[in-house]
Amino acid sequence: MTQRTSRNTFLPMALIGTIVVALATAFAWVAGIIGPHRQSGGDIVNALEANAGGAHAGYRRAHAKGLCFSGSFTTNGAGLALSPASMFQPGTYPVIGRFSLGGGNPLATDGRNVFHAMALRLTAPDGQEWRMAMDHTPIFPVADPAAFQALQVASTPDPKTGKPDPARMKTYLAQHPETAAFQAYIAKAPLPASFATAIYYSINAFRFTNGAGTTHLVRWQIIPEATGPDLDKNTLASLPRDALFQEMVARTAKGPSRWHLQLVVANPGDVTNNATIAWTDPHRVIDAGTLTVSAVGPEEAGQCRDLNFDPTVLPRGIAISDDPLLAARSKVYSTSFTRRAGEHPGPSAIGKDMHP
Amino acid sequence: MSRPDRTHFAPLLRVIHWTMALLVLAMLFIGVGMVSTTGPAYVSLLALHRPLGIAILLLALVRLAIRLGTGAPPLPDDLPKPQKLAAKGSHGLLYAAMIGMPLIGWAMLSAADDRVSLSPSLALPAIMPHDLMLYWWLRQAHTVIGVAFFLLILLHLAAALMHGLIRRDGVWQSMTFGKIPGKRD
Repeated sequence: MTQRTSRNTFLPMALIGTIVVALATAFAWVAGIIGPHRQSGGDIVNALEANAGGAHAGYRRAHAKGLCFSGSFTTNGAGLALSPASMFQPGTYPVIGRFSLGGGNPLATDGRNVFHAMALRLTAPDGQEWRMAMDHTPIFPVADPAAFQALQVASTPDPKTGKPDPARMKTYLAQHPETAAFQAYIAKAPLPASFATAIYYSINAFRFTNGAGTTHLVRWQIIPEATGPDLDKNTLASLPRDALFQEMVARTAKGPSRWHLQLVVANPGDVTNNATIAWTDPHRVIDAGTLTVSAVGPEEAGQCRDLNFDPTVLPRGIAISDDPLLAARSKVYSTSFTRRAGEHPGPSAIGKDMHP
Repeated sequence: MSRPDRTHFAPLLRVIHWTMALLVLAMLFIGVGMVSTTGPAYVSLLALHRPLGIAILLLALVRLAIRLGTGAPPLPDDLPKPQKLAAKGSHGLLYAAMIGMPLIGWAMLSAADDRVSLSPSLALPAIMPHDLMLYWWLRQAHTVIGVAFFLLILLHLAAALMHGLIRRDGVWQSMTFGKIPGKRD
């Protein structure tokens, strides 16, 4: 009787074991624990942290040094030609945003990393949101997340010299010729002396679908009303630590700054899935509204610090394109956000200036 | 809670059980898959994850109400007491996870001031204040409980198959649509 039972149970037991092990193995494979290496958000955030000389606890892992702002977005409805997004309905909508410079060090000197950036969150009364994270360059140095990580690694300062190893950078550039266009642009483009006189670009293309169901691919740019001098690239090192941020604080105390949101519609031959390639020929441009920045404040007092300006949070009628950077930006921002959420941030350099 | 007059769980409960079995397993795979990658799948899986989580929450609440209202068939008399306790305890934990995981996900997004978007123009309201440290704890809990939920499901599946293939005591059939061996329906 006992023998008969054990013979009868062997096959069912083996079947049950096989099912459980197969499910557990599939789970581990999907999670990326086993199988070929898959680039995770953590891989890129680790590279950013190393590039900044280690993690700065409590701060964003990129564009760490920033200033919060608030204001409004006023539109006459011209954007409805491309999307029925609620914030394109004629009216005025509240905005929270953040000016920042490049790099992962919140205490860096402004002259070291002049790479103006603007993050925005537009909110409509029905709850729709549009989050943006824009840079003052119309193109990006890399086209995909693997190249982004490689560039961060290659440009990490050598602890001995404090500068990136030229040999590593040369190897990177040989493998990534797409970065050359960005380098050429940066070499000749002027550096605005104020956050208020810089143009900010969407970097990636997005898919706009209007009320009639017609889809256009769109990049956008935020064009300042104010004009002003550019920085002397030869004397950046001598800029006071928080010169650019203090200029914006002083300017805003005197009055608001304004920009125009221009929607640039792709021409038939434009590349829409590669942010290293500029759109050069004349384009259809729609002025969708005016951004007014009326108040600024340090991150520890403003509402912008605790937000994730994930550029894939989009209102109705706007969706991501097939640019591979967009999914990666969303994932990496989220990883950086989660890491800093569990830490205790201090004030950034500009925050220390404003509240000594 | 057990009802001696029952041989099966209520028919609607059985339908919801097997629907949810598929949905919850899909959800756990989507969850660990999406957080593992910077590829395009991240955005598409995330867009599935949030509405699916809310669907699971609603189904679990309906299921809990049916379960409380209709009861469960008794476990076999010859099942050792520790196994009976393990069965009841694990079922309680499975219900807690089915309801708790979507709520933690929703609460965690609220604490981050992010939306649970069911569609581009429909988002759920926040159920927690915007607080980064709270977000961090809820985010950790979402991962730890998610993995524990998957392990519990494996255990539940193995136990159910033992009843169905080895003990053949009617427990497997109580959640399926087959006849109970040795009993008249």
